[in-house]
Amino acid sequence: MGRIELKGISKFFKDEEVIKNLDLTIRDGSFTVLVGPSGCGKSTTLRMIAGLDEQTKGEIWIDDKCVNGVPPGDRDVAMVFQNYALYPTMNVYDNIEFGLINRKVPKKEREKLIKDIAEIVGLSDYMKKKPEMLSGGQRQRVALARAMVKKPQVFILDEPLSNLDAKLRHQMRTELIQLHERLGTTFVYVTHDQVEAMSMGDEIVIMNKGVIQQAASPMTLYNDPANVFAAQFIGTPAMNILPSQELQLPSAQGKRHDIASFGFRPEHALFHAPAAIEGLRLDGMVLTRESLGAENIYQIQSSLGMFSVKTFLEPLTSDTLVTVTVPYERLYYFNSEGQRLRQVEVRRGEEIGTAQAPELVSVGGGL
Amino acid sequence: MSAIEKAVQARESSERNLRPETWSGVKVMNGILKALNIIGMLGLVLIFALPFAWMISTSLKTLPETMIFPPEWIPNDPQWQNFIQAWNSGPFLHYFFNSVLIAGGILILQMLTMIPAAYAFARFQFPGSGILFGFVMVTLMIPSQLIFLPVYLQLSSWHLLNTHLGLILPFASSAFGIFLLRQSFKQVPEELIEAARLDKAKEWKIMWKLMIPMARPALITIALFSFISHWNDYFWPLVMTTNETARTLPLGIAKIRETEGVATWNILMAANLILVVPILIVFFFAQRSIIKAFVYNGVK
Repeated sequence: MGRIELKGISKFFKDEEVIKNLDLTIRDGSFTVLVGPSGCGKSTTLRMIAGLDEQTKGEIWIDDKCVNGVPPGDRDVAMVFQNYALYPTMNVYDNIEFGLINRKVPKKEREKLIKDIAEIVGLSDYMKKKPEMLSGGQRQRVALARAMVKKPQVFILDEPLSNLDAKLRHQMRTELIQLHERLGTTFVYVTHDQVEAMSMGDEIVIMNKGVIQQAASPMTLYNDPANVFAAQFIGTPAMNILPSQELQLPSAQGKRHDIASFGFRPEHALFHAPAAIEGLRLDGMVLTRESLGAENIYQIQSSLGMFSVKTFLEPLTSDTLVTVTVPYERLYYFNSEGQRLRQVEVRRGEEIGTAQAPELVSVGGGL
Repeated sequence: MSAIEKAVQARESSERNLRPETWSGVKVMNGILKALNIIGMLGLVLIFALPFAWMISTSLKTLPETMIFPPEWIPNDPQWQNFIQAWNSGPFLHYFFNSVLIAGGILILQMLTMIPAAYAFARFQFPGSGILFGFVMVTLMIPSQLIFLPVYLQLSSWHLLNTHLGLILPFASSAFGIFLLRQSFKQVPEELIEAARLDKAKEWKIMWKLMIPMARPALITIALFSFISHWNDYFWPLVMTTNETARTLPLGIAKIRETEGVATWNILMAANLILVVPILIVFFFAQRSIIKAFVYNGVK
């Protein structure tokens, strides 16, 4: 078992609060990814779970045990570091064995465990080599083996792939997913790379400035972001967010809904939309075109601001002036604090850019 | 000739005019710099190696030969028996034994005091750690001439004159060693220690299995510096001894000069060679570690 619960965690470095009253439950057996820009507190959160940093306030529970003040070695967690942190004076075998010796595992058993693990990660031929003689990918495997051999309840991985080249990173990504499926242990994974988060995690926790923005499954994050930050963090290019001061809309309940901005994903905007599609039409001028082969990305300047459009398997358009259609159901609305306004649907007869207030079709409960 | 061909030709000729000269100019400059560099290094080698060569050469000469001018670098008939004569001119086995005991004893004591001190200064913030480390550093700045008298009086009141212990104790710790070792411990990446803590390693295990092996090049360097300086030390043994009990090799060699009416340079040099040979051997084996100590940064 490996269920982790953070209850009201705060962390101060000197006078600066880097984690603010954080509550989070990590399911047993999940592959949870903490993602966010650098300095958002994701690594600090991870280190507090591992016991390398002590939280200033709050409680950390692993399964049914409060681990406040429990040293890292007794928490039954294993960690893979960004730069692997292999012991440079020991060979591969000794590196893997070190933790087992400290846990007083008998020699016979150690030998068997290490032999098994070496086969799993494909290191059997390298057991007598020093880390400096191994490639980046091999070092990564040693680090994994060293963590796995302890059979921990929780695996903690701190940007483990960021030192690898693109191709190897892709391969290790797949291997880590398979490893997680095979072990069934809880994985807590930190990255700043949203692609890594989306492709690996079954639960993603987006953090910014020490606060959790949204914790959900990858597809929920994509389809149903909770705020502007989460909306813009997932997806490349990021979700377009445009101001909508003109959209001061009366709510169905009679109070005014404060819609500060609206957004849509670049891949949901259409050139040459059939007339049957009801949507927001935006006129604009194409500034740049990038073709990546299967997909094209455009930067478009409109009267509301810049936005990008992504098309798939369509020829690159050479028009300068374009009309882009975004189906109404693909629009997201946010209030002035950047929080998502759910169950709001705007429909109008005129173009948004013309400053004519569109009529509100329905307004639900807001947030 | 077509216009294109003309253009190509014109360009080629202009390249011929421009390129070779500028290129060869740079090459010549590079060559000169390289030559100067090598000459400079050779000069340095000469400064250090010449006295050495002179010592070896002299140790193989007869006494009259040492006085010949202009000097001969390679003696006609190498006098190997000079070494035997030097060895037999005093209780050299006794001196040699004393030297090993004292330099070795100092080394062991220094390791025992230095490693824990450096480790504590490198890894822990404790009340007064900054001030204490400051004290250690300050001792580096006090000239030994200033403190030898009080130390002498102190040891004399403990009845440690003419004993091995009296020669060892004043050097039981080394500020320079603590400083160098602390730097070396500090260079160990924090993640390594964290990884060890996650591996359930206790503090002493982190020190013995991780930090000390990683600081090995620095340790060897410090050990070497310490051993050599105390092996060659003349001043302190001279102050501390009045009889043969604890006298060391450098004192024994100096005595050869004193006892004979005329300085027998060939015997003296032979004895000096006996003094430095053990150090040369150690150096030969430790060379790589010493170089490593100054470039070591850990595995990235």
